Amino acid sequence: MTATFEHVRPSACPACNAAPAAEHLADLPLDATLMLSLPGIHCAGCISGVERALLKVPGVREARVNLTLRRAAVQAGPEVTAEALAEVLERAGYEAHELDPGVLATTAADRAGRDLLMRLAVAFFAMMNVMLLSVAVWSGADGVTRDMMHWISAAIAIPAVIFSGRPFYVSAWSALRARRLNMDVPITLAIALAMVTSSYETIHSGHHAYFDAAVMLCFFLLAGRYLDHRTRASARSAAQELAALEVPRAIRLGDAGEETVSVAELVVGDVVRVKPGGRVPVDGVVLSGQSEIDRSLMTGESLPAFAGEGSMVSAGEVNLTGPLTVEVTAAGRDTALHRIADLVAVAESGRANYHSLADQAAKLYAPFVHILSVVAAVGWWLYTQDLRIALNIAAAVLIITCPCALGLAVPAVTTAASGRLFRKGLLIKDATALERLAEADTVVFDKTGTLTNGAPTPLDLDGLPGDAGRVALALAQGSSHPLAVSLAKALAGQGLRPAHVESLREVPGHGVEGTWQGQVVRLGRAAWVGAEAAAETATFLKIGDSAPLTLRFADTLREGAADVVAALMAQGKRVIVISGDTTAAVTRFARDIGIEEVIAEALPHEKAALVADLTAQGAKVLMVGDGLNDTAALAAAHVSISPASALDAARAASDMVLMGRSLAPIADAIRTAVSARKRIRENFTIATVYNVLAVPLAVAGLCSPLIAALAMSLSSITVSLNALRLK
Amino acid sequence: MDILGLLIPVSLFLGAVGLVAFWWMLRKGQFEDPDGDAHRILRDDYDDKPKS
Repeated sequence: MTATFEHVRPSACPACNAAPAAEHLADLPLDATLMLSLPGIHCAGCISGVERALLKVPGVREARVNLTLRRAAVQAGPEVTAEALAEVLERAGYEAHELDPGVLATTAADRAGRDLLMRLAVAFFAMMNVMLLSVAVWSGADGVTRDMMHWISAAIAIPAVIFSGRPFYVSAWSALRARRLNMDVPITLAIALAMVTSSYETIHSGHHAYFDAAVMLCFFLLAGRYLDHRTRASARSAAQELAALEVPRAIRLGDAGEETVSVAELVVGDVVRVKPGGRVPVDGVVLSGQSEIDRSLMTGESLPAFAGEGSMVSAGEVNLTGPLTVEVTAAGRDTALHRIADLVAVAESGRANYHSLADQAAKLYAPFVHILSVVAAVGWWLYTQDLRIALNIAAAVLIITCPCALGLAVPAVTTAASGRLFRKGLLIKDATALERLAEADTVVFDKTGTLTNGAPTPLDLDGLPGDAGRVALALAQGSSHPLAVSLAKALAGQGLRPAHVESLREVPGHGVEGTWQGQVVRLGRAAWVGAEAAAETATFLKIGDSAPLTLRFADTLREGAADVVAALMAQGKRVIVISGDTTAAVTRFARDIGIEEVIAEALPHEKAALVADLTAQGAKVLMVGDGLNDTAALAAAHVSISPASALDAARAASDMVLMGRSLAPIADAIRTAVSARKRIRENFTIATVYNVLAVPLAVAGLCSPLIAALAMSLSSITVSLNALRLK
Repeated sequence: MDILGLLIPVSLFLGAVGLVAFWWMLRKGQFEDPDGDAHRILRDDYDDKPKS
């Protein structure tokens, strides 16, 4: 039963996790297994295609596709990166995303799954054999034959129950030690009491033995638990991944020149160098150098910011064009990145007290069952003065009320629903996520990277006069700045060839400069080329002395975004867009897509605060976001979704991950979740009806092992079939 | 009913064989990718020569 599973919650203290994460990075074997997610594969051709494409990459030793999990595991030398492999597959026509190389975590989960499966198999074997032997007893065997059947049943059932029921005993024991009741306590009690009374009856050649019922109980409950285990992907701690994201090393400039030191050794006042393309390791002030920094992951701003002498930079930001020398103002636990990690931990501890439908059922159920069976036993003891009959009645009551159907009610539905959503490209990480999704009435979207692709594309390139396009292409190819890369790609895509530009050089923080047909040509920031700054994302091209040309960029809408927003509005949900981007950019974007409520220029903690405010007003918030600045809000929301392109930390903080590029599955997911919740409620009703019918029989002492077996299997099968009706 | 003395051990033995076979399959990872294996058997990549 889901209620009794010990949820592995991320640690409340992110700093405690930082050290193991860093060690883990250092210990990674050289010949690593890389994991890729392949949401689009579906056939034999895809398997061959993907494996062949991967094996062609030099350094790859082995590649194996797992179609069930839609993943590829690649054994490769240290020179091969998952990013490069994903690119190779994209070129071959397969959508691929890098997966967290936390292979260790997944193998631990696999081992737990195999362990459960083995216990399930043993229970199944024992159940089938004991059931066959019991059929002989039910059909009227008596005397020595019946005793022999009982003895053989006991010989099979006792070891089988001891082995396969272990998960229940362990969980029940830990619950009792913490002085509380969970579903496993009545289960363990029922199994133990049934085994003891049945053994006693067997020894004294009694009529009734419940070996079959005890084993069947184990089997059905383990089936539920195995389904439950399968639907839960191993969710790793968001805080841990945030810590792993932090750059572990920095280049310190000291009296003895440059030295590479661990970030932990840096103190306020140290001077560090940040190379272009590198992540800033600390919060600090730029002492010298000019560059542009990409803050999109930290703040959601789509436009890279200029960084020169005196600019403030924060840990986690990416330095784009030129080297920077930074004086440390805060390091380690005091950096902005760490403060976000702390926010996540706080937000997660707030959500940990969600009570699932199964929990609510268990809370009503567990005390009721115990009281009922004690009352029945005491009543019969007073009536007959026979302890043996009283114990038999108590065992029968516990077995008949045992939550087989209840234990299958939730996992069967969640399995059916998550299988359906998996085929649509949505991975569910948390067992109760579907229930929480069904309750969501307010949807908060992040803008950059979630509703949009997060990568700017140039607008109206056709309007460029004469050779301007070819010059721009030549200049853009000289820089690794995101706008330049995007511009070069778009221009090359139009079939243009780069003009012959000489003495090409990048001026960090400003742009690219060169000479073309004797004229100075520049591509870069407004102030640098002498143009007026535009309100939106833009870059400027100046050829010689002519007036500068404006190349405007816009973030493209993510596939399915407009449809999802429309569908959510149609379902009557409140839709809000929140972004760290400028007010102008966000409002215009929201108008285009049809969202009325807009909050712009929000800092990470403001996003989390907004979600908390909405929750305080009684709203159940679904948060959809991808950036580092969204992680706290994702963790604080009632339920959260992030796209596959999101940062590891955001994926880890959210309950569901979209595996493809499209946002379209979100609307489907809400529909499926609502229908799943309805089925779960129906299943609880069915299970209760069976109990209400059978309990009077058990209390009256009319419940033979045959009736117990029938009631148990019929209710479990009805519940499973009902789960399959899920649409 | 003497035949029971033979039939019960035989049926238990056969059941145990099934259980051990299942345990072996589990160890060999035959349940890790059921969908993929169903498709793999139909592809013709290694029809002419075995995978080296």
